[in-house]
Amino acid sequence: MSTQMSTATGQPEPTTFYLEEEHHPEQGTMLGFWIYLMSDCLIFAVLFATYAVLGRNYAAGPSPKDLFELPLVAVNTTMLLFSSITYGFAMLEMEKGKQTNTLAWLAITGLFGLAFVGIELYEFAHLIHEGATPQRSGFLSAFFTLVGTHGLHVSLGILWLVILMVQVRQRGLIAENKRRLMCLSMFWHFLDVIWIGVFTFVYLMGVLQ
Amino acid sequence: MSAATDHGHGAHAHDGHGHDDHGHGGASHGSLKGYITGFVLAAILTAIPFWLVMTNAIGNNQTTGLVIMAFAVVQIVVHMIYFLHMNTKSESGWTFLALVFTLTLVVITLTGSIWVMYHLNNNMMPMSPADMKHHMP
Repeated sequence: MSTQMSTATGQPEPTTFYLEEEHHPEQGTMLGFWIYLMSDCLIFAVLFATYAVLGRNYAAGPSPKDLFELPLVAVNTTMLLFSSITYGFAMLEMEKGKQTNTLAWLAITGLFGLAFVGIELYEFAHLIHEGATPQRSGFLSAFFTLVGTHGLHVSLGILWLVILMVQVRQRGLIAENKRRLMCLSMFWHFLDVIWIGVFTFVYLMGVLQ
Repeated sequence: MSAATDHGHGAHAHDGHGHDDHGHGGASHGSLKGYITGFVLAAILTAIPFWLVMTNAIGNNQTTGLVIMAFAVVQIVVHMIYFLHMNTKSESGWTFLALVFTLTLVVITLTGSIWVMYHLNNNMMPMSPADMKHHMP
Protein backbone atom coordinates (compact mmCIF):
# COMPACT_ATOMS: atom_id res chain seq x y z
CA MET A 1 0.00 0.00 0.00
CA SER A 2 2.76 2.42 0.96
CA THR A 3 4.52 1.92 -2.41
CA GLN A 4 1.40 2.92 -4.26
CA MET A 5 0.94 5.98 -2.10
CA SER A 6 4.42 7.21 -2.77
CA THR A 7 4.02 6.61 -6.52
CA ALA A 8 0.76 8.50 -6.49
CA THR A 9 2.33 11.52 -4.86
CA GLY A 10 4.68 11.86 -7.79
CA GLN A 11 7.81 10.50 -6.17
CA PRO A 12 9.17 8.20 -8.90
CA GLU A 13 10.80 5.06 -7.60
CA PRO A 14 11.67 3.08 -10.71
CA THR A 15 14.44 1.13 -9.04
CA THR A 16 12.38 -0.41 -6.27
CA PHE A 17 9.51 -0.92 -8.71
CA TYR A 18 11.57 -3.03 -11.08
CA LEU A 19 13.14 -5.06 -8.33
CA GLU A 20 9.74 -5.98 -7.07
CA GLU A 21 8.37 -7.04 -10.43
CA GLU A 22 11.33 -8.97 -11.77
CA HIS A 23 9.97 -12.25 -10.46
CA HIS A 24 7.09 -12.61 -12.91
CA PRO A 25 7.77 -11.12 -16.32
CA GLU A 26 5.25 -13.41 -18.05
CA GLN A 27 2.49 -10.89 -18.73
CA GLY A 28 0.04 -13.37 -17.32
CA THR A 29 0.03 -15.71 -20.34
CA MET A 30 1.61 -18.58 -18.46
CA LEU A 31 -0.69 -18.12 -15.47
CA GLY A 32 -3.70 -17.92 -17.78
CA PHE A 33 -2.64 -21.05 -19.62
CA TRP A 34 -2.04 -22.83 -16.34
CA ILE A 35 -5.58 -21.96 -15.24
CA TYR A 36 -6.86 -23.39 -18.55
CA LEU A 37 -4.92 -26.59 -17.79
CA MET A 38 -6.46 -26.73 -14.34
CA SER A 39 -9.96 -26.46 -15.85
CA ASP A 40 -8.99 -29.22 -18.27
CA CYS A 41 -7.91 -31.19 -15.22
CA LEU A 42 -11.45 -30.84 -13.86
CA ILE A 43 -12.86 -32.28 -17.11
CA PHE A 44 -10.64 -35.30 -16.63
CA ALA A 45 -11.59 -35.50 -12.94
CA VAL A 46 -15.25 -35.78 -13.94
CA LEU A 47 -14.42 -38.45 -16.54
CA PHE A 48 -12.36 -40.35 -13.97
CA ALA A 49 -15.26 -40.13 -11.51
CA THR A 50 -17.62 -41.44 -14.19
CA TYR A 51 -15.26 -44.32 -14.84
CA ALA A 52 -14.97 -45.01 -11.11
CA VAL A 53 -18.76 -45.21 -10.84
CA LEU A 54 -19.49 -47.14 -14.06
CA GLY A 55 -16.24 -49.08 -14.35
CA ARG A 56 -17.73 -52.30 -12.99
CA ASN A 57 -21.00 -52.29 -14.89
CA TYR A 58 -20.06 -54.90 -17.45
CA ALA A 59 -23.65 -55.74 -18.47
CA ALA A 60 -22.53 -59.37 -18.75
CA GLY A 61 -19.97 -58.19 -21.28
CA PRO A 62 -16.19 -58.33 -21.23
CA SER A 63 -14.29 -57.07 -18.17
CA PRO A 64 -10.98 -55.18 -18.16
CA LYS A 65 -9.19 -58.43 -17.45
CA ASP A 66 -10.51 -59.94 -20.68
CA LEU A 67 -9.73 -56.91 -22.81
CA PHE A 68 -6.59 -55.04 -21.72
CA GLU A 69 -3.15 -56.05 -22.91
CA LEU A 70 -0.66 -54.62 -20.45
CA PRO A 71 2.45 -54.98 -22.67
CA LEU A 72 0.76 -52.75 -25.26
CA VAL A 73 -0.14 -50.21 -22.56
CA ALA A 74 3.44 -50.32 -21.28
CA VAL A 75 4.75 -49.53 -24.78
CA ASN A 76 2.24 -46.70 -25.08
CA THR A 77 3.25 -45.27 -21.70
CA THR A 78 6.89 -45.41 -22.77
CA MET A 79 6.08 -43.50 -25.98
CA LEU A 80 4.42 -40.71 -24.03
CA LEU A 81 7.21 -40.58 -21.46
CA PHE A 82 9.83 -40.37 -24.22
CA SER A 83 7.87 -37.60 -25.91
CA SER A 84 7.89 -35.68 -22.61
CA ILE A 85 11.66 -35.82 -22.24
CA THR A 86 12.27 -34.94 -25.92
CA TYR A 87 9.99 -31.93 -25.56
CA GLY A 88 12.08 -30.97 -22.55
CA PHE A 89 15.21 -31.18 -24.74
CA ALA A 90 13.48 -29.00 -27.34
CA MET A 91 12.84 -26.38 -24.64
CA LEU A 92 16.50 -26.49 -23.54
CA GLU A 93 17.64 -25.94 -27.16
CA MET A 94 15.11 -23.13 -27.48
CA GLU A 95 16.65 -21.48 -24.42
CA LYS A 96 20.03 -21.62 -26.14
CA GLY A 97 18.47 -20.10 -29.26
CA LYS A 98 19.35 -23.03 -31.53
CA GLN A 99 16.51 -23.15 -34.01
CA THR A 100 17.52 -26.28 -35.98
CA ASN A 101 18.02 -28.38 -32.85
CA THR A 102 14.74 -27.14 -31.39
CA LEU A 103 12.90 -28.13 -34.56
CA ALA A 104 14.61 -31.53 -34.60
CA TRP A 105 13.59 -32.31 -31.00
CA LEU A 106 10.06 -31.06 -31.68
CA ALA A 107 9.85 -33.38 -34.69
CA ILE A 108 11.00 -36.34 -32.56
CA THR A 109 8.41 -35.37 -29.93
CA GLY A 110 5.74 -35.31 -32.63
CA LEU A 111 6.76 -38.76 -33.85
CA PHE A 112 6.52 -40.20 -30.33
CA GLY A 113 3.13 -38.53 -29.99
CA LEU A 114 2.01 -40.05 -33.29
CA ALA A 115 3.22 -43.46 -32.14
CA PHE A 116 1.16 -43.05 -28.96
CA VAL A 117 -1.99 -42.08 -30.84
CA GLY A 118 -1.37 -44.83 -33.41
CA ILE A 119 -1.07 -47.53 -30.75
CA GLU A 120 -4.15 -46.23 -29.00
CA LEU A 121 -6.16 -46.26 -32.23
CA TYR A 122 -4.93 -49.79 -32.90
CA GLU A 123 -6.12 -50.79 -29.43
CA PHE A 124 -9.52 -49.17 -29.95
CA ALA A 125 -9.91 -50.82 -33.35
CA HIS A 126 -8.97 -54.15 -31.81
CA LEU A 127 -11.54 -53.73 -29.00
CA ILE A 128 -14.29 -52.69 -31.38
CA HIS A 129 -13.46 -55.60 -33.67
CA GLU A 130 -13.90 -57.95 -30.69
CA GLY A 131 -17.33 -56.49 -30.05
CA ALA A 132 -16.23 -54.35 -27.09
CA THR A 133 -17.76 -51.17 -28.50
CA PRO A 134 -18.67 -48.09 -26.43
CA GLN A 135 -22.31 -49.20 -26.65
CA ARG A 136 -21.60 -52.61 -25.11
CA SER A 137 -21.64 -51.67 -21.40
CA GLY A 138 -21.35 -48.82 -18.95
CA PHE A 139 -17.76 -49.79 -18.32
CA LEU A 140 -16.87 -49.57 -22.01
CA SER A 141 -18.71 -46.26 -22.48
CA ALA A 142 -16.79 -44.73 -19.59
CA PHE A 143 -13.53 -46.29 -20.80
CA PHE A 144 -13.80 -44.99 -24.36
CA THR A 145 -14.87 -41.54 -23.16
CA LEU A 146 -11.99 -41.16 -20.71
CA VAL A 147 -9.20 -42.67 -22.80
CA GLY A 148 -10.62 -41.20 -26.01
CA THR A 149 -10.70 -37.68 -24.55
CA HIS A 150 -7.07 -38.04 -23.56
CA GLY A 151 -6.19 -39.34 -27.02
CA LEU A 152 -8.03 -36.43 -28.60
CA HIS A 153 -6.00 -34.03 -26.45
CA VAL A 154 -2.76 -35.66 -27.59
CA SER A 155 -3.88 -35.53 -31.24
CA LEU A 156 -4.68 -31.83 -30.97
CA GLY A 157 -1.35 -31.35 -29.20
CA ILE A 158 0.40 -32.90 -32.22
CA LEU A 159 -1.51 -30.57 -34.55
CA TRP A 160 -0.47 -27.61 -32.40
CA LEU A 161 3.12 -28.89 -32.44
CA VAL A 162 3.16 -29.03 -36.26
CA ILE A 163 1.73 -25.52 -36.50
CA LEU A 164 4.36 -24.21 -34.10
CA MET A 165 7.13 -25.94 -36.06
CA VAL A 166 5.97 -24.13 -39.20
CA GLN A 167 5.88 -20.84 -37.30
CA VAL A 168 9.35 -21.34 -35.85
CA ARG A 169 10.67 -22.22 -39.30
CA GLN A 170 9.12 -19.10 -40.82
CA ARG A 171 9.70 -16.53 -38.10
CA GLY A 172 12.49 -18.04 -36.02
CA LEU A 173 12.70 -18.24 -32.26
CA ILE A 174 11.08 -14.87 -31.61
CA ALA A 175 9.57 -14.01 -28.25
CA GLU A 176 6.03 -14.89 -29.38
CA ASN A 177 7.07 -18.31 -30.60
CA LYS A 178 8.97 -18.97 -27.41
CA ARG A 179 5.88 -18.12 -25.42
CA ARG A 180 3.77 -20.44 -27.59
CA LEU A 181 6.31 -23.24 -27.25
CA MET A 182 6.23 -22.82 -23.47
CA CYS A 183 2.44 -23.09 -23.45
CA LEU A 184 2.56 -26.25 -25.54
CA SER A 185 5.26 -27.57 -23.23
CA MET A 186 2.93 -27.22 -20.27
CA PHE A 187 0.07 -28.79 -22.25
CA TRP A 188 2.21 -31.73 -23.32
CA HIS A 189 3.60 -32.48 -19.87
CA PHE A 190 0.12 -32.06 -18.41
CA LEU A 191 -1.20 -34.77 -20.75
CA ASP A 192 1.55 -37.06 -19.55
CA VAL A 193 0.42 -36.43 -15.96
CA ILE A 194 -3.16 -37.33 -16.90
CA TRP A 195 -1.87 -40.50 -18.56
CA ILE A 196 -0.31 -41.59 -15.24
CA GLY A 197 -3.83 -41.56 -13.82
CA VAL A 198 -5.19 -43.43 -16.84
CA PHE A 199 -2.69 -46.26 -16.90
CA THR A 200 -2.80 -46.71 -13.12
CA PHE A 201 -6.49 -46.32 -12.49
CA VAL A 202 -7.95 -47.77 -15.69
CA TYR A 203 -5.48 -50.32 -16.98
CA LEU A 204 -3.50 -51.59 -14.00
CA MET A 205 -6.37 -51.47 -11.51
CA GLY A 206 -8.70 -52.93 -14.14
CA VAL A 207 -6.50 -55.94 -14.70
CA LEU A 208 -6.14 -56.40 -10.92
CA GLN A 209 -9.87 -56.81 -10.31
CA MET B 1 -6.64 -9.29 1.54
CA SER B 2 -4.88 -6.00 1.21
CA ALA B 3 -1.69 -7.83 0.30
CA ALA B 4 -3.50 -9.62 -2.51
CA THR B 5 -4.97 -6.38 -3.85
CA ASP B 6 -1.59 -4.75 -3.77
CA HIS B 7 -0.24 -7.60 -5.70
CA GLY B 8 -2.83 -7.49 -8.42
CA HIS B 9 -2.12 -3.82 -8.84
CA GLY B 10 1.58 -4.44 -9.10
CA ALA B 11 1.08 -7.05 -11.81
CA HIS B 12 -1.04 -4.66 -13.86
CA ALA B 13 1.43 -1.85 -13.61
CA HIS B 14 4.07 -4.29 -14.67
CA ASP B 15 2.30 -5.03 -17.96
CA GLY B 16 3.14 -1.57 -19.13
CA HIS B 17 6.80 -1.86 -18.21
CA GLY B 18 8.01 -5.34 -18.85
CA HIS B 19 7.72 -5.73 -22.62
CA ASP B 20 11.43 -5.65 -23.07
CA ASP B 21 12.16 -8.67 -20.92
CA HIS B 22 9.99 -11.16 -22.83
CA GLY B 23 12.36 -13.96 -23.69
CA HIS B 24 13.39 -15.28 -20.34
CA GLY B 25 10.12 -16.15 -18.68
CA GLY B 26 9.56 -15.98 -14.96
CA ALA B 27 8.90 -19.68 -14.53
CA SER B 28 12.05 -21.72 -14.47
CA HIS B 29 12.67 -23.85 -17.55
CA GLY B 30 14.61 -26.54 -15.85
CA SER B 31 17.99 -27.84 -16.80
CA LEU B 32 19.28 -30.88 -18.61
CA LYS B 33 20.03 -32.43 -15.25
CA GLY B 34 16.51 -31.72 -14.04
CA TYR B 35 14.90 -33.31 -17.09
CA ILE B 36 17.14 -36.38 -16.92
CA THR B 37 16.46 -36.79 -13.19
CA GLY B 38 12.73 -36.48 -13.80
CA PHE B 39 12.85 -38.94 -16.68
CA VAL B 40 14.78 -41.58 -14.76
CA LEU B 41 12.49 -41.23 -11.73
CA ALA B 42 9.40 -41.37 -13.94
CA ALA B 43 10.68 -44.46 -15.77
CA ILE B 44 11.35 -46.26 -12.49
CA LEU B 45 8.01 -45.19 -11.03
CA THR B 46 6.24 -46.45 -14.17
CA ALA B 47 8.14 -49.72 -14.45
CA ILE B 48 7.55 -50.88 -10.87
CA PRO B 49 3.70 -50.73 -10.95
CA PHE B 50 3.61 -52.53 -14.32
CA TRP B 51 5.98 -55.16 -12.97
CA LEU B 52 3.92 -55.55 -9.77
CA VAL B 53 0.70 -56.10 -11.71
CA MET B 54 2.10 -58.21 -14.54
CA THR B 55 3.97 -60.64 -12.27
CA ASN B 56 1.53 -60.37 -9.36
CA ALA B 57 4.56 -60.04 -7.11
CA ILE B 58 2.63 -59.04 -3.98
CA GLY B 59 -0.04 -61.70 -4.35
CA ASN B 60 -2.82 -59.65 -2.78
CA ASN B 61 -4.87 -57.57 -5.21
CA GLN B 62 -5.94 -54.99 -2.68
CA THR B 63 -2.43 -54.33 -1.42
CA THR B 64 -1.11 -54.18 -4.99
CA GLY B 65 -3.85 -51.68 -5.82
CA LEU B 66 -2.91 -49.41 -2.93
CA VAL B 67 0.80 -49.67 -3.75
CA ILE B 68 0.36 -48.77 -7.45
CA MET B 69 -1.91 -45.85 -6.47
CA ALA B 70 0.87 -44.61 -4.18
CA PHE B 71 3.37 -44.93 -7.05
CA ALA B 72 1.03 -42.95 -9.32
CA VAL B 73 0.78 -40.13 -6.77
CA VAL B 74 4.56 -39.98 -6.39
CA GLN B 75 5.04 -40.02 -10.16
CA ILE B 76 2.55 -37.19 -10.61
CA VAL B 77 4.51 -35.13 -8.09
CA VAL B 78 7.76 -35.96 -9.93
CA HIS B 79 6.27 -34.84 -13.26
CA MET B 80 4.93 -31.67 -11.65
CA ILE B 81 8.34 -30.73 -10.26
CA TYR B 82 10.75 -31.82 -13.01
CA PHE B 83 8.66 -31.42 -16.18
CA LEU B 84 6.07 -28.77 -15.34
CA HIS B 85 8.55 -26.89 -13.09
CA MET B 86 5.91 -26.43 -10.46
CA ASN B 87 6.94 -24.58 -7.35
CA THR B 88 5.28 -22.43 -4.75
CA LYS B 89 6.95 -19.26 -6.02
CA SER B 90 6.33 -18.97 -9.78
CA GLU B 91 3.87 -16.19 -10.67
CA SER B 92 4.05 -15.18 -7.00
CA GLY B 93 2.40 -18.41 -5.96
CA TRP B 94 -0.74 -18.00 -8.07
CA THR B 95 -0.06 -21.13 -10.13
CA PHE B 96 0.34 -23.08 -6.93
CA LEU B 97 -2.84 -21.61 -5.51
CA ALA B 98 -4.73 -22.58 -8.68
CA LEU B 99 -3.30 -26.07 -8.38
CA VAL B 100 -4.36 -26.45 -4.76
CA PHE B 101 -7.85 -25.21 -5.57
CA THR B 102 -8.13 -27.63 -8.50
CA LEU B 103 -6.88 -30.56 -6.45
CA THR B 104 -9.49 -29.76 -3.81
CA LEU B 105 -12.22 -29.87 -6.46
CA VAL B 106 -10.78 -33.08 -7.93
CA VAL B 107 -10.80 -34.78 -4.54
CA ILE B 108 -14.37 -33.65 -3.85
CA THR B 109 -15.53 -34.82 -7.30
CA LEU B 110 -13.86 -38.21 -7.06
CA THR B 111 -14.56 -39.13 -3.45
CA GLY B 112 -18.05 -37.64 -3.63
CA SER B 113 -19.01 -39.61 -6.73
CA ILE B 114 -17.56 -42.87 -5.50
CA TRP B 115 -19.00 -42.49 -2.01
CA VAL B 116 -22.51 -41.51 -3.11
CA MET B 117 -22.76 -44.11 -5.85
CA TYR B 118 -21.42 -46.84 -3.56
CA HIS B 119 -24.12 -46.10 -1.02
CA LEU B 120 -26.72 -45.86 -3.72
CA ASN B 121 -25.80 -49.32 -4.95
CA ASN B 122 -25.73 -50.69 -1.41
CA ASN B 123 -29.09 -49.26 -0.45
CA MET B 124 -30.93 -50.56 -3.48
CA MET B 125 -33.47 -53.21 -2.53
CA PRO B 126 -32.37 -56.63 -3.66
CA MET B 127 -34.50 -57.70 -6.59
CA SER B 128 -35.21 -61.10 -7.95
CA PRO B 129 -35.21 -61.47 -11.73
CA ALA B 130 -38.99 -61.91 -11.59
CA ASP B 131 -39.37 -58.64 -9.68
CA MET B 132 -37.12 -56.96 -12.16
CA LYS B 133 -39.30 -58.09 -15.03
CA HIS B 134 -42.33 -56.77 -13.20
CA HIS B 135 -40.83 -53.38 -12.27
CA MET B 136 -38.93 -52.63 -15.43
CA PRO B 137 -40.95 -53.25 -18.52
